[in-house]
Amino acid sequence: MSAHNESILREPLITGENITYAKITKDILVPVENKPTKAWWIGFGIAVFFALTWVVAISYTFWEGLGVWGLNKTVGWAWDITGFVWWVGIGHAGTLISAVLLLFRQNWRNSINRSAEAMTIFAVICAATYIFAHMGRPWLAYWVFPLPNQFGSLWVNFNSPLVWDVFAISTYFSVSLVFWYTGLLPDIATIRDRATGLRRRIYSILSFGWAGSVKNWQRFESVSLILAGLSTPLVLSVHTIVSMDFATSLEPGWHTTIFPPYFVAGAIFSGFAMVQTLLLVARKVMKWENYITMFHIESMNKVIIVTGSIVGVAYLTELFIAWYSGVEYEQYAFLNRISGPYWWAYWSMMTCNVISPQLFWFKKIRTSIWASWVLSIVVNIGMWFERFVIIVTSLHRDYIPSSWVMFYPTAIDVLVFVGSIGVFFTLFLLFLRVMPGIAMAEVKLLLKSSSDQAKQKLIRDAKTDSEQAEFYQKSLEKFDSVSNKEYANI
Amino acid sequence: MSNVKYILGHFEDPDDMMHGIDKLQENNIGIYDVYTPMPIHGIEDKLGYKRSRLPIAAFCFGLTGTITAISMIYYMLVYDWPMNIGGKPSLAMPDFVPITFELTVLFGAYGMMFTFFYANHFFPGRAPRVMDFRATDDRFVIAIDAKSNPYPDKIEDLLKEAGAVEVKHNERKYVSYE
Repeated sequence: MSAHNESILREPLITGENITYAKITKDILVPVENKPTKAWWIGFGIAVFFALTWVVAISYTFWEGLGVWGLNKTVGWAWDITGFVWWVGIGHAGTLISAVLLLFRQNWRNSINRSAEAMTIFAVICAATYIFAHMGRPWLAYWVFPLPNQFGSLWVNFNSPLVWDVFAISTYFSVSLVFWYTGLLPDIATIRDRATGLRRRIYSILSFGWAGSVKNWQRFESVSLILAGLSTPLVLSVHTIVSMDFATSLEPGWHTTIFPPYFVAGAIFSGFAMVQTLLLVARKVMKWENYITMFHIESMNKVIIVTGSIVGVAYLTELFIAWYSGVEYEQYAFLNRISGPYWWAYWSMMTCNVISPQLFWFKKIRTSIWASWVLSIVVNIGMWFERFVIIVTSLHRDYIPSSWVMFYPTAIDVLVFVGSIGVFFTLFLLFLRVMPGIAMAEVKLLLKSSSDQAKQKLIRDAKTDSEQAEFYQKSLEKFDSVSNKEYANI
Repeated sequence: MSNVKYILGHFEDPDDMMHGIDKLQENNIGIYDVYTPMPIHGIEDKLGYKRSRLPIAAFCFGLTGTITAISMIYYMLVYDWPMNIGGKPSLAMPDFVPITFELTVLFGAYGMMFTFFYANHFFPGRAPRVMDFRATDDRFVIAIDAKSNPYPDKIEDLLKEAGAVEVKHNERKYVSYE
C-alpha cells in the first residue's frame, strides 16, 4: 500500500503542501467541529423554506386528495412519476461511485464517495415521497407488500413491474443506507475521539464502538468489497426495473426494449450532474479544494459526456425504431413528441441532454468550475424534461383521439416538486454539519501514494524520469489548487 | 513490579509502524493489537490473522434470500391463490427474477452487516474500547501487553529505533472509560 509509489504520470488526488494525516482530519472536520458559517445558514434557510412549502403542498394533497393535482382521465401519471424517476435517477451516482468505482479500483472515488452516497439516500427519500403521495391514500401504503390480509389472502401480483419496483426501491434504499453507514463508522469514531462532553457521548453511540483495530479494519474492508459487489448489480437493476414500469406496458413510446440500458445511462448521467452541482459548491464553501481537485471534476465531466452521449444515441435509436417498426401508433407517438403541442419539452430535453454536454469535449470547458456547474444544472433540467416527455407526451395522445387531452400542472404540482428539492437540500446541508462530507479514512489511504506532495518529493529526489516528471507538472496546470511555486525543480 | 498494563508505540507513518512490527517480532515480543486511522494492507498477514470469513456468511445469507423469495412467490402465486392471467402458467419464472434478485441482495447485505456487527461486538451505544484517542486521527499505534512482555525498556528502545514518535506506558487498558 503505502510502500509502493504510484506512476508519476497519474494526476494527483490530493494537492497542497504539508498535508499530514492530522491536517486531513482537521480540514475535513471543519464544518462538523465549528459553528456553521453564514453561507451555510443562508443555504439552509432557503432549503428549509422550500421544504416547508413541500410540507404544506403534500399535506394539502393528502387532505383533499389527488384531485388537487393536474391529473385527468387520460394523463394519470404526470409530475408525480416524473419527479419520482428523476430523483431515483439522481440517486444512482452515489452507489455507482461507491460501488462500481470501488470494484474498478478508481481511487478518485475516495474523496467524493461519502457525500455522493448521502446524496443517494436523500434522493431516494425524495423519490419515495412521490410514491406515497401518488398512492392517494398513503395510509394504505402497506398494501404494496405481500402481507396476509382479510381478502382471503389475496396476494400482490408478482407479475407486475410495479410490485418489482416496490422491492427494488426499498432494497436499494436499505442497502445504500447500510453501505453508507458502515463506511461512516471509522469517521464517526474520529469525531468521537476528538470531541468532549455531550458531543462525545452522541458520537460514541453512533460509532457502535469502533476502535480501529486490525480485525475491525480487516472485516471492514471485507464488508466494503462484498457490499460493493452486491450493490453493483443492484444499482443497474433498480433503474432497469423502474424502466420496466413503462416498458412492459402497451403504451406507444413506452413499449420498447431499449428502455433498461437507456434509463440506467440516463440515471448515471443525472446522478453525476447532481454530484457535480453539490460538490462544486461544497468544495468552495468548505475549502476542500485540496481533496476534491480538478482531476475529480474533470473525471466526473468525462462520465457525464459518456453517459450523455449514450442517452443521445438512445434518443436517436428510439426515433429510428419508431419509424422502422412501421407501427403507426409508435410513429405518431414520436412525431407528436417532436412536433406536437409538447415540442418545447422534447427540444429542451434534446438540447440539455444531448447537445450541451458535448461542450465538455473542450478541455477549457471541462476544467472550468463555472462551466461545469452551469452545465450540471442544465443536465438536471434536461433529465427532468426527459421523464416529462416520456410520461406525459406518451400518455396524452395514445390510441383513441377522442380521449386526447393536454396536461396542465396545478400550483400544488409545482410546489410538491420545488418543495422536494428543498427537502433534499435541507437533508444534505444537515448531513454536512454532523457527518464528515469526505471519507477521511479513505483519503488518508491516498496520502502517501497519490498526493501531489509525494509526487513532487519523488521528482525532487530525482527518482523519476525527467520527461515523465515534466509531463506530470504540465498536467498540474489545470488544477486551481496548485500554484507553480510548489513545483519541484526537475 | 510496575503497574503498567500496556505499552503503546505511536507512529506517524504507516511504513515505520510496519517496520516496528517487524522489529518486535524479531525479538519475540507479542503484539496485543494495532490501532490505525485507516486500513493497512498486509498487516493481517504479518500479524498472522486469518482471512475474514464474512464473504462466506454473505453468500449463505444471499442464498437464504434467493430461497425465501422463490418459495414465497411460489406459495402465494402458484399454490395459495393461482390466478388465470390470459391462460398463462402461474409459475411464470421470468417474472419472478427481479424480486428474487432483490431479496438475494437484501438478505446478503443485511445478513453480512449484522454478522460484521456481531463479530466485532458493534452495537449502538457500545462503550468504545479506545487505547489512545489519536489512533483514529493521525497516529498508528502498536499496543503491547506489558504483563506478558515484562521488559519495558527494551520494548521502548525497539519502538523508538523503528521510528516511534512517542511511547506510552499506560496503567489503564482503555482511556475511554475515564
